[in-house]
Amino acid sequence: MSTESATSGFGVGTDSRGRRFLSSLLSTGTIFLLLIVLWVWIAIINPTFLEPGPFLAYLKRSAPLVILAAGAYFVLVSGNFDLSVGSLVTVMVVVAAKLIDGEPSNTWPVIALLVVIGAAVGFFNGFVSTILRVPSFITTLGMLLVLNGAVFLWTGGAPTGALAENFRSIGRGGIEGVPWIEQLPWSVLLMFAVGAASVWLMRSDFGRQLIATGDNERAARLSGVRVDRVRIWAFVLSGVLAAFAGVLLGGFGGISAQAGLGLEFDAITACVLGGVVLGGGRGSVVAAMGGALTLEALFTWMNLQGISGALEDTIQGVIIIAAVGFASYRLRGAR
Amino acid sequence: MTVVDPPEQSAGARAAARRERIAGWRVGVLASPAAPVYGALIGVFVLAWVIVTIDGGNFLTVSNIVNMLQRSVALGIVSAGQTVVILLGSLDLSVAQLISLSSLLAASTMDGSMANFLPAVLVVLALGVGVGLVNGLVITKLQVNAFIATLGTALIIQGIIQYRWTGPQGGIPNQFSNDLGYTRFGIIPMSIFLLAAVVVVVWFLLTKTRFGYKVYAVGGSEDVSKLSGVRTHRTIITAHVVCSLTAVITGLFLAARLRAGTPTVGTDGGYDLESIAAVVLGGTALMGGRGGVIGTIGGVFLLAVLDNTFNQLEFNSFLRDVVRGLIIIAAVAVYARRQEKKA
Repeated sequence: MSTESATSGFGVGTDSRGRRFLSSLLSTGTIFLLLIVLWVWIAIINPTFLEPGPFLAYLKRSAPLVILAAGAYFVLVSGNFDLSVGSLVTVMVVVAAKLIDGEPSNTWPVIALLVVIGAAVGFFNGFVSTILRVPSFITTLGMLLVLNGAVFLWTGGAPTGALAENFRSIGRGGIEGVPWIEQLPWSVLLMFAVGAASVWLMRSDFGRQLIATGDNERAARLSGVRVDRVRIWAFVLSGVLAAFAGVLLGGFGGISAQAGLGLEFDAITACVLGGVVLGGGRGSVVAAMGGALTLEALFTWMNLQGISGALEDTIQGVIIIAAVGFASYRLRGAR
Repeated sequence: MTVVDPPEQSAGARAAARRERIAGWRVGVLASPAAPVYGALIGVFVLAWVIVTIDGGNFLTVSNIVNMLQRSVALGIVSAGQTVVILLGSLDLSVAQLISLSSLLAASTMDGSMANFLPAVLVVLALGVGVGLVNGLVITKLQVNAFIATLGTALIIQGIIQYRWTGPQGGIPNQFSNDLGYTRFGIIPMSIFLLAAVVVVVWFLLTKTRFGYKVYAVGGSEDVSKLSGVRTHRTIITAHVVCSLTAVITGLFLAARLRAGTPTVGTDGGYDLESIAAVVLGGTALMGGRGGVIGTIGGVFLLAVLDNTFNQLEFNSFLRDVVRGLIIIAAVAVYARRQEKKA
């Protein structure tokens, strides 16, 4: 009898595991289905899109947003918001330009400094939002004002200085002479590295605690999760990833006071497109990054459709509402 | 043992009555969520007065105070509407773009003639009702999170503005502009009465009507209020219509003030995030269910006093942003502490 129950228990185990895999594939699969549809559509309009060169160019263009989406994911899934990443990216670009000032030997120390700035800003956001109990929406909104003000106070109103060539090559260059694709951009490599690290992180204890915290703070706390610490780490990760994105954007976008404008909303939108639920506890990091790729594909598609720059915002708005509406419709259906 | 002599009893009764009065005061005034913002307002006001006077400026003059009030009108009106949706546990990120669009639409409909005044106001109000309905319907019927829904609406309106307008739109008649933007009754500008009227209407809606009670109920817990028979969807939609209406009124006022419709007047003023900051500064919980429009106005005045002080001290505008951001965070941190002590 005991063996019987054991075997049946085992059978239930594999069955539910298989079902869980299927359902997780279905829930994160939607965004990738949409992504593939968009890719195919773009390829029909412009057949060269799926060739290695243009496709890598697309991935390269998407890398900063994908990295930011991973950062936004950590914060969102723990039940918080980070509205400061856009201005943080601007800070990164402006600080890099001013400190490097065209001198290649400054590049690596400055990049280290940028990561420290990102981590510090993230820590501050996390500390104020958890220990001081300020809603993260307000904390990071205040931080947005502080960062925007501080960086231009320091540079006197407009970005100054210049980026060194080796700094720019991180965003622009890559490994040359790779067969078939010719150049493997650093930014794409970084994107995949961040993706792999995020998946690993979300499968570790930290990831499980993060999701548990976002799902039900009290239950997580009672079962021994150090809720505040986990949330602060999420903000730190978001800040550090904003530093990475800033380095890439500085490389191919150049120095501008608008470098990070609106990126916080784009990153959050990407996550929500990928099925991350605002309020925490639901969604996968891979799908969030897929959401960012979809958003970039959407921009590419709109360019090819010849939708004028003006109406681009309108179409983006309609599609975001429709996609999220559809996702929540499905969520209700699943219940 | 139970016998107590009369004088002592009456003293005890007096003390009890006094305690009760104090308790009543505590419950009624000091415990209201709006209390700390007015405390902070008085503190900042006195501090600003001292600093500006030492610096050699004029702070406590009638004209300066009227000036501060007038600077609060636009943010005050839209924040009053924002209060309603935040109380409900929602929020509206589309107000800035809606303000721009309504100022443009008012200008193009009036087309330089006061004869078109009424149609223009109707068109703009209809725009407000329409956008509010869309926001509310998307949030309730499509079950899209309010953050994303109103962000989407903001993008949609932004696109329409960029598609149709490239620069300022003339056509605001001088008379309209003078009446709404520049008339004064004695020393008090007309616009302050507009602000007062909007605040009183919203206050009345929130505290004296069924709709108001439902807003607090839904903000407290949407599920519980639904189970107790509140038509939550209807309440949410109505609240968003109210919020959008205040945004279009702000747009009309700014069109009068600037004598033109402007594509960027809303986003330049940062009315979306500023209004949310003012509401939260005023003690309304971002999660909903607690707070009110009186506190919000305190928050708006607080920001106006800060702005005026920075102006008089000729602060660098970037430093102003830094200080403003820090003050918002610090103020809300203080509320959070207070909230915790009570709990």
